[in-house]
Amino acid sequence: MSERLTIWEQARTLGHSRRDFLQFCAWLAAAAGIEASQVGQVVQALETKPRIPVVWFHFQECTCCSESFIRSSHPIVSDIILDKISLDYTETLQAAAGHAAEAALHETMKKYHGEYLMLVEGSVPTGADGAYCCIAGRTALDTVKEAAEGAKAIVAWGSCASNGCIQAASPNPTGATPVHEIITNKPVIKVPGCPPIGEVMAATIVHLLTFDTIPQLDRVGRPMAFYSRRVHDTCYRRPNYDAGLFVESWDDENARKGFCLYKMGCRGPVTYNACGVTKWNGGVSFPIQSGHGCIGCSEENFWDNGPFYNHLTNLPGFSIETTADKIGVAAGVVTAAGLVGHAVLTSIRKRDVINETKK
Amino acid sequence: MAEATYERVYVWQAPVRMYHWINACCIFVLVATGLVIGRPPALMSAGEASDSHWFGWVRFLHFSAAFLMSFAFLVRVYWMFAGNQYSRWDAFIPRNWTRLKTQWREMVNVLRIDILQLEKEPIDYVGHNGLAAFSYFGIFLATIFQIITGAALYAPMSTFWLPGLFSWVPPLMGGEAIVRMWHHAFTWIFILFTMIHVYLSIFHDMTEGRGEISSIVNGVRFVERK
Ligand code: SF4
Ligand code: SF4
Repeated sequence: MSERLTIWEQARTLGHSRRDFLQFCAWLAAAAGIEASQVGQVVQALETKPRIPVVWFHFQECTCCSESFIRSSHPIVSDIILDKISLDYTETLQAAAGHAAEAALHETMKKYHGEYLMLVEGSVPTGADGAYCCIAGRTALDTVKEAAEGAKAIVAWGSCASNGCIQAASPNPTGATPVHEIITNKPVIKVPGCPPIGEVMAATIVHLLTFDTIPQLDRVGRPMAFYSRRVHDTCYRRPNYDAGLFVESWDDENARKGFCLYKMGCRGPVTYNACGVTKWNGGVSFPIQSGHGCIGCSEENFWDNGPFYNHLTNLPGFSIETTADKIGVAAGVVTAAGLVGHAVLTSIRKRDVINETKK
Repeated sequence: MAEATYERVYVWQAPVRMYHWINACCIFVLVATGLVIGRPPALMSAGEASDSHWFGWVRFLHFSAAFLMSFAFLVRVYWMFAGNQYSRWDAFIPRNWTRLKTQWREMVNVLRIDILQLEKEPIDYVGHNGLAAFSYFGIFLATIFQIITGAALYAPMSTFWLPGLFSWVPPLMGGEAIVRMWHHAFTWIFILFTMIHVYLSIFHDMTEGRGEISSIVNGVRFVERK
């Protein structure tokens, strides 16, 4: 890979037609929320700019992000971005293994120092000096620090790299840590979700490859194009919510009619993701459409904010299944009992005073 | 105490009384609608979504009352600096060490005399007693907490800049689910506070006969002439 080709050049050598390529650009622009008038810019960028080298790391994860990514619906994504062109290193999908893979990684990191894009899938264990996750004899902690050093930007794939995810669940035995807490001097773009939607991943990475700029991010570092609206705001069951039509149990008539899943613990109202719009598996469906509430997989701490089937989460520090309401009712009963007791005490001890004020 | 003479003292100025009642109504509405939003009753199980909007109206009521309460609170904060000695900020927060000690002694006294009733003679306070002042300070803080968390939860569905000022809250607290849980849990503080507050007002009115309850309507309390 001595010479860096543009994405168009690569696509052409792979046998894609100009028409395919333009379609891809339009799809991309739409997916990334770019205005139609700017599609020309996308085309131009992909035609003229040499593609940016990309390294993709896998740490503490289940590979669901990669799985989601390779299923994003446009063939050129897998063909071009993933397979042949952009990835210089990714443990899961590259052909090379062992020393050859390591060599490719180090060559990219050296040759394109300060230019390559670093994609991280999985959290980084910091417990036991990072011993819980070692690749090629080195800890993930070491690797991530070394690679971040020369990276132009970092993308944190999925909830693991963005927030820690399941392995960071209390008590977090391995000290699983999201990337942005380890690398603080580089922009980290978070694409959370368990997994994130393939199209969202593709559009994010292509935005970076195309425009060479970081997409507009929200307060916690997620691309605004996909994470600025709540699942609830784009949910097709929303009219049922406003009308107060709720599913009361999984097998009731209301569930069949497709009422709102709020009372079944749906986290749509507190979750920012594009599920209601982009949907999953090439727009086939998304969890709520399939009859299950959102579990808030793109939100920080969703794994500890249980139970999934109650809308209100438990109070921290209290036992499982303790909602604020139970404690509130108990406190109310105790208070009422206290007040009654005090009233009785008053009427005994202060009878004369009360009688006197009546005079 | 048979032949004590009393004088009328104008304690609660109009803004304080108005704040009290606006606040009371808002708390009532907010608690009722808040509990419904947290756990909507199964009112309807049939019909078309287009025929009804009751849950939307409950939320609308909640948000309207919240705005009203927030602005009333701002006025009350202004009055903390403009009002008389009973409504000023230092009636709630001790302004120096001596005042802190006085307040502490008052609180112990109130506990001994009013709550545990170890002694019989009521204590005479013109404004709030130490313990009451302390609990109002607490409820002011709880109000601030509810305003901030409520605005933070409201912000994403609104284009109004004002609630947007608080959109830094969810990332700080660990996500909107957590903010929601705490916003809901704090509801109970207001429920418990109201129970105790109403009870104690009646208690003081009955045992002391100084116009405790009517004072929040006309502002006047009776104080024993020394
Ligand atoms: S199903 Fe969930 S996301 Fe959809 S309207 Fe109901 S609460 Fe909101
Ligand atoms: S609906 Fe909710 S839980 Fe499901 S994928 Fe989307 S964000 Fe994640």
